[in-house]
Amino acid sequence: MNGWPALDRFLGTDARDVGCAEAMQMLHLYAELVASGAFAEQRYPGIAAHLRACGPCGEDFDGLLAAMSDEAQ
Amino acid sequence: MQQAPEVPAGLDAESAEWLHELAATGSRRDAALARLHERLLRIARKETARRAPRLSISGPELDDVAYQAAADALLAITAKVGQFRGDSRFTTWAYKFVIFEVSAKIGRHFWRHPAVPLDAEDWERLPARFGFDPAHQAEWRDLLAALRRAVDTELTPRQREVFVAIVLNDVPLDTLVLSLASSRNAIYKMLFDARRKLRAALAANGYLSDDSSRSS
Repeated sequence: MNGWPALDRFLGTDARDVGCAEAMQMLHLYAELVASGAFAEQRYPGIAAHLRACGPCGEDFDGLLAAMSDEAQ
Repeated sequence: MQQAPEVPAGLDAESAEWLHELAATGSRRDAALARLHERLLRIARKETARRAPRLSISGPELDDVAYQAAADALLAITAKVGQFRGDSRFTTWAYKFVIFEVSAKIGRHFWRHPAVPLDAEDWERLPARFGFDPAHQAEWRDLLAALRRAVDTELTPRQREVFVAIVLNDVPLDTLVLSLASSRNAIYKMLFDARRKLRAALAANGYLSDDSSRSS
């Protein structure tokens, strides 16, 4: 275990990470799987890894979930 | 004459209706566009409000971002509606565009009004950025020096530029995309590779354990 968790987290990379282009292309599909309670992360581990690591894509994902929630109300 | 849209099999009724209305002509299509714009604007406003606490934009400026995002998203959606495969609800697919536009507009705002010069190098911010306690400076001083050395020696000039902008200067990634005339994917990949190199360098020198990079 390292004594610098924030630095350790930031420098840590996940080889499964698909990158922004693929995550952005699949975001609507992934968001619906998450919203429906399906096993989105198991089905798309590379997208899950990316959304954990990429601030902008993670922010877009949160925004899309919020928009879907707004639509459902 | 406009052709009827190809409606993907198994599409929900509301999504199918959106496709039909958007493929219609005249006042029917205009009404559908107006309805879609109204929804996009509502989502854009909620999204800008959701992000507002972390932004230095507010009031009319923020509303302007929402308006521009909704208008540009509508253009993108109408241009790409033929690419909609029906693998989600139409509205989920459409809202993705407006969320992306909000991100891009906010990135553009910071590009026009940077809080710090994009290429400044303020290494003093790094301890706070990674939660290093000033009271324990003796413990992290060497680590910080090693990190700085690795940034100078391990990274390519472009990787270093991206690292400095995002990590030292807190420049939003979407702003850097505009500044470097690049793409989010390319900038992220550059930072991804930089992170991997820096971690390896710090691990090789015993500052971090070598178990945080997943390989499966």
